[in-house]
Amino acid sequence: MAALTMQTIIQLAPTYRLQWEQAQDAYVLLYPEGMVTLNTTAGEILARCDGIHSVAEIIADLQRLYPEADATAQLTADVLEFMEVAHNEGWLCAI
Amino acid sequence: MKAGSAPFRISPPLWLLAELTYACPLQCPYCSNPLAFARHRAELDTASWLRVLREARALGACQLGFSGGEPLTRSDLEVLIAEARRLGYYSNLITSGIGMDARRVAALRNAGLDHIQISFQASEPVLNDYLAGTQAFAHKLEMARQVKANGFPMVLCFVIHRHNIEQIELFCELASRLGADYVELANTQYHGWAWLNRQTLLPSRSQLEQAEATAQRCQQRYASSMKILYVIADYFEQRPKACVNGWGSVFLDIAPDGTALPCHSAAELPGLSFPNVRNASLAEIWRDSAAFNRFRGFDWMREPCRSCPEKHKDFGGCRCQAYLFTGDPSNADPVCAKSPEHQRVAALANAAGNTPARPIRFRNSCNSRIFTTASLSDRLKGRPRTG
Repeated sequence: MAALTMQTIIQLAPTYRLQWEQAQDAYVLLYPEGMVTLNTTAGEILARCDGIHSVAEIIADLQRLYPEADATAQLTADVLEFMEVAHNEGWLCAI
Repeated sequence: MKAGSAPFRISPPLWLLAELTYACPLQCPYCSNPLAFARHRAELDTASWLRVLREARALGACQLGFSGGEPLTRSDLEVLIAEARRLGYYSNLITSGIGMDARRVAALRNAGLDHIQISFQASEPVLNDYLAGTQAFAHKLEMARQVKANGFPMVLCFVIHRHNIEQIELFCELASRLGADYVELANTQYHGWAWLNRQTLLPSRSQLEQAEATAQRCQQRYASSMKILYVIADYFEQRPKACVNGWGSVFLDIAPDGTALPCHSAAELPGLSFPNVRNASLAEIWRDSAAFNRFRGFDWMREPCRSCPEKHKDFGGCRCQAYLFTGDPSNADPVCAKSPEHQRVAALANAAGNTPARPIRFRNSCNSRIFTTASLSDRLKGRPRTG
């Protein structure tokens, strides 16, 4: 599996569905007979992996949402780390 | 609620299992349906199922399984799927594959179904069709191809027991050839018909050890193409499974006649009156009914569960298993080595493979009538025999 770069355009893998669940107050990732309840930031990241925007664009968008994290490189590192995990889990695929 | 204990918060039923029917063209001897399925009342009609879907979704359910019996025998399946999609469920069809053709697979896709799970009884037609009690294997292969051709994620499920446990590698090869996304290698859970046939179906310890090693090898071999899930045979364990993640915690099962159950075997438990969706809303059933609150949380527990540090992990195990082995569903699941009745499970597990051959009792209406009478007399005599 190729590593993600800032230019990679990614989307949710076709066997998964992401949706907001009021009852759980969270985004959930749904797949055959299973469900992952995501924390707030994981949900915000996956919701932006739409097959249109690049990793760099998604990070820029998240920096607008979380300006307090903007000052450091921390947000970029955190987002990339989560994307790698999600990619390895098979939740995300590059296009 | 006992004085001094923290208030127990009732969580939403995230998983709705809609057992649409007990009708099934197959006769698998490990079926989880109740032995008495032939005596059941009329199935819920379409309007009632639509109401069940809406009410469960409002309570927070988001995973939905259409099961049975064979759910494809319901001609309104596509109507229910379309409503499920509109409501925002992730809907799973759990099927034998019998009752659909290429056109119906496409219709299920158009209705908005998310995923199809097809069961196989074996990796080749002779054993498969013997266990299914009908010619099914060739059609299953064709339907698996149609499922993938229509772009569905596909799970292939193999229920494992003494007679097919040595085919694990072949199961994985078959699944890989058919393009499965997930494979479930599920050891039989001994309830319903599987309990009736336990001495015929339970594999020996050495068969199980080999099977686990083979499953692990296959998990590595196919890691890049499909996920292989291995469901253990808990009779050989020292700690119980966290059955349905705790009674009335996330799982809600609606039986074909509208009976609401915390698990699909619970109807066999004595002393509980399960509510029916014909007479009450799902909100009342889930939150307020005596049956759904009976084993919720931890206050109902006796020793050794009550003071056990692991009770938050396994919730005392399976209530149905406690009943089947000890006669009382309030006891600890005797799979647990801490249970004073653990020996009953261990004796059954240790004898597996050494008991004289017995006939397989197939799941059909005729046997349903015969063996519900027999199991009643078993109960009148006391505990079911486990040796």
